[in-house]
Amino acid sequence: MSRLPVRKTYKLFIGGDFPRSESGRTYEAQGQNVARGSRKDARDAVRAARAGFGKWAGMTAYNRGQVLYRIAEMMEARTAEFAELCSGRAEVEESIDRWVWYAGWADKYAQVIGSSNPVAAPYFNFTFPEPTGVVAIVAPDEPSLGGLVSRIAPVIVGGNAAVVLASETAPLAAIELSEALATADLPGGVVNILTGYRSEMAPWLAGHMDVNAIDLGGADGDAPELERLAADNVKRVVRGRIGEQSPYEIAAFLELKTVWHPIGV
Amino acid sequence: MTDLERRQDRAPVPAGWEYAPAPESRDIVTLEERYGLFIGGEFVDPRSGEYFPTLNPGTEEQLAEVAQAGPEDVDLAVGAAREAYDNGWSSISPAERAKYLFRIARILQERSREFAVLESMNGGKPIRESRDVDLPLAAAHFFYYAGWADKLEYAFPNRRPRSIGVAGQIIPWNFPLLMLAWKIAPALAAGNTVVLKPAETTPLTALLFTDVVRQAELPPGVVNIITGDGRAGAELVKHEGVDKIAFTGSTEVGKAIQRELAGTGKKLTLELGGKAANIVFDDAALDQAVEGIVNGIYFNQGHVCCAGSRLLVQESIYEPLIAKLKRRLTTLRLGDPLDKNTDIGAINSKQQLDKITELVAAGEEEGAEIYQPPCRLPEKGYWFAPTVFTNVAQSYRIAQEEIFGPVLSVLTFRTPDEAVEKANNTAYGLSAGVWTEKGSRILSMAQKLRAGVIWANTFNRFDPTSPFGGFKESGFGREGGLHGLEPYLDLGESEVRGG
Repeated sequence: MSRLPVRKTYKLFIGGDFPRSESGRTYEAQGQNVARGSRKDARDAVRAARAGFGKWAGMTAYNRGQVLYRIAEMMEARTAEFAELCSGRAEVEESIDRWVWYAGWADKYAQVIGSSNPVAAPYFNFTFPEPTGVVAIVAPDEPSLGGLVSRIAPVIVGGNAAVVLASETAPLAAIELSEALATADLPGGVVNILTGYRSEMAPWLAGHMDVNAIDLGGADGDAPELERLAADNVKRVVRGRIGEQSPYEIAAFLELKTVWHPIGV
Repeated sequence: MTDLERRQDRAPVPAGWEYAPAPESRDIVTLEERYGLFIGGEFVDPRSGEYFPTLNPGTEEQLAEVAQAGPEDVDLAVGAAREAYDNGWSSISPAERAKYLFRIARILQERSREFAVLESMNGGKPIRESRDVDLPLAAAHFFYYAGWADKLEYAFPNRRPRSIGVAGQIIPWNFPLLMLAWKIAPALAAGNTVVLKPAETTPLTALLFTDVVRQAELPPGVVNIITGDGRAGAELVKHEGVDKIAFTGSTEVGKAIQRELAGTGKKLTLELGGKAANIVFDDAALDQAVEGIVNGIYFNQGHVCCAGSRLLVQESIYEPLIAKLKRRLTTLRLGDPLDKNTDIGAINSKQQLDKITELVAAGEEEGAEIYQPPCRLPEKGYWFAPTVFTNVAQSYRIAQEEIFGPVLSVLTFRTPDEAVEKANNTAYGLSAGVWTEKGSRILSMAQKLRAGVIWANTFNRFDPTSPFGGFKESGFGREGGLHGLEPYLDLGESEVRGG
């Protein structure tokens, strides 16, 4: 007699926990019942992200790099599971390699992006990048795993915390990713993943006063309205490039801080 | 305090000293009665047919009439900029572009006194500041970016940056020519052409700058200057032929611009308001800190987006510091902007004076204690005495809203953590100041303060090599330095795959 498999309950990922939607709703995607997040879930995720941000941004760059590398390790161990949930093995391997690539940037981008500035007066003056804070990411529907990883990695390697709207049509890879993230020593709240209908959550994230930036890489027809809402608190609006890996993708979520001090004896 | 310090603090202040007037001559400036719009290398009458007067805020006398650009005028200016971009400017060699900018820098240096006098006449700022700060920095800005024009490929690793096209630039009235330089120099160095709109109340140095453009033999249409109020700016923002908008001004207008551009794909940089904390720890060199506080808030009558308008004082030194500050205030000289002794000039406009007056009244009503040194205000013109508010709660409007005038709000703190929390308790994040003799504390504070510029044991320093711009609702994008090039460039794709 064949064994009846134990199925998984597909839940949200907020503050390091796996809650159901507070709304009690689900929707069917990829043949499964998936949590249908609400605007309240989105707000809870922002709060969790703000709480996670301080700790994550305060860690050393070396430490953050190691956590990103461990995310790659955790994904590698689940390669087969991921491959079933996206376009296949190639997408999984590319996604894992992308984590490794960004892991190596953690302690280098500040040297590429920062500067010391030869001002025409006796002052020591230097510029260094800092994370902008809480970033909302509208991930693309496809590729459901590659698109997600391409947008999360450059956001968090710089010390930001993210609230991510997963692919609406193919959310299972995102849920699988949240399980990998939960075992990668990533502090709770640094990445929060919401599944559900984008139209029910994206506008609330775009207009949220405690979100500092929004990545519309996965938005399409709703992008202009989301951009308009983003102006309420002068959010940085980024049109992330899905297929691209680059330190400029990291820089898009960084603030530059310049410090002056007199030189004298 | 030592006995000596206490005695010095009680020493009579030479408030009664009379200074002989030392006015800078205004003969160096020649003004037209009426100015058109500078489009395609020449002054043209506005199609709108409208003109409005521009004043000297220190005397309320009319200096000239300037044009109000209408939609048709904006369209002509953008068209001229597009033509200049397509037919030459974007394709001339970067080294030649650099030489045009070097020429502009040199001409500004040569004519700096003329510009300084006009800046003080039209804007009300003390000649000491326009002469020693605005003009040298404006020229330096052109000189700095000139050198970048043919070196852009070194600025962005693994990219081959290209120009964008036509930049629409809208600047404020607090540093009219300097803001023009901040906008035009990097835009041109990157290979773009520009349509620039100076502020409604301070158009004259931008109009005089057209003569620098002429002398530098810049091709027609590379720089276009259109004057007018906010309506002209709004037309420029929504014009389809503009590829990039750079705006410096209020957060309210910045948000409106960001909304207007939603979905257009145009590049945008915003340099908006601020409510900077200037934090003084108990181990700071107090006399230097007092100078820094005064420079932080009374420089340019407080018409500075990065002004240190919230003073955070560690409780243990509150009394001696405030005593020193009040004494120092009595020595500030308010009056004729063209007088070389003047520390505090005229408020830029009647409208701004009304706003300052309203917020100061709100501060008194909410329960803060006001101090103003004895000081005679001229009868004509727009003036406001340097003001310090003590007993200020964080919730008061004078602690939350940008006053943009010579008004300081004083708050206190006990621990570094409390200072950080109070300093960051604002929607803005443009600048901050820290005063302490302890190096590790400076660096710790510099890390924790959420602001784009941190001045440690100094305040209000600027340099073309030093990136400037805000966190949070103070805007995004940087002006100055290598980083100031990026808003005017399309970085394109990776040269080498994988980065």
